[in-house]
Amino acid sequence: MPTERLAIIATKGTLDMAYPPLILASVAASLGVETAIFFTFYGLNIIHREKMKHLKIAPIGNPAMPMVFPQSVKNTPVIGQIAGIMESVLPGPPQIMGIIPGMTDLMTSMMKKMMKEKGVASVEELLELCKEAGVKLIPCQMTMDLFGYKYEDLIDGLEHPAGATEFFNYVLAADKPMIIFV
Amino acid sequence: MATITPDKTLDTSGLNCPLPVLKTKKALEELQPGQILEVISTDPGSKADIPAFCQRTGHELLATEERDGKYVYYIKKKG
Repeated sequence: MPTERLAIIATKGTLDMAYPPLILASVAASLGVETAIFFTFYGLNIIHREKMKHLKIAPIGNPAMPMVFPQSVKNTPVIGQIAGIMESVLPGPPQIMGIIPGMTDLMTSMMKKMMKEKGVASVEELLELCKEAGVKLIPCQMTMDLFGYKYEDLIDGLEHPAGATEFFNYVLAADKPMIIFV
Repeated sequence: MATITPDKTLDTSGLNCPLPVLKTKKALEELQPGQILEVISTDPGSKADIPAFCQRTGHELLATEERDGKYVYYIKKKG
């Protein structure tokens, strides 16, 4: 059988952008595709022991963010009604609100709550599932140096840090290589 | 349709993509070839994803049904 290799390049360190690489990788691996994620630039935060716990989603500069409140908030009297009105009037939190201190944390906790209620796995869970499915998690050596991250600062179960050349060598060694940039 | 007696049941109710597929894969690993896994899901995405998973991995999707608003799949592990 021809070998199939999927490599995903994760470059973003926000909560929402941590999901696509982890979901795609875990599923691809469970379908029998040899899969790796190359974590570079802010993507490194997804596999950073401390920083992974504080991934955030920012309303500012994110006009696509919908004004959605978790179902539990909507079910609360008064607050739920206000939330309902806000959702029907505004397509999303006004951009100017993003500069209010605490807004990013509020949006992040709302998003996490919503994900939990909808049965969406957490980043930690998805990383575990990726490891179980045999996904290779590769930190980028150059970005580690740039940000001053040590290998011990990153979570367990990673491959050794690699550079672009080794990464391409790995992917292109397959009969059917595929690369996704996130 | 003859009723299918599963060897194991996996309830993924409340879980969303990609968890039903990942848990299905894990559950199948614990079965012997030819045994049947029943998967229950509330994720509408599973209607497309479970058949795609079976097609790709070679496990046989024996039947699909909707029961009490949930999706139920019977998968026979490939021999």
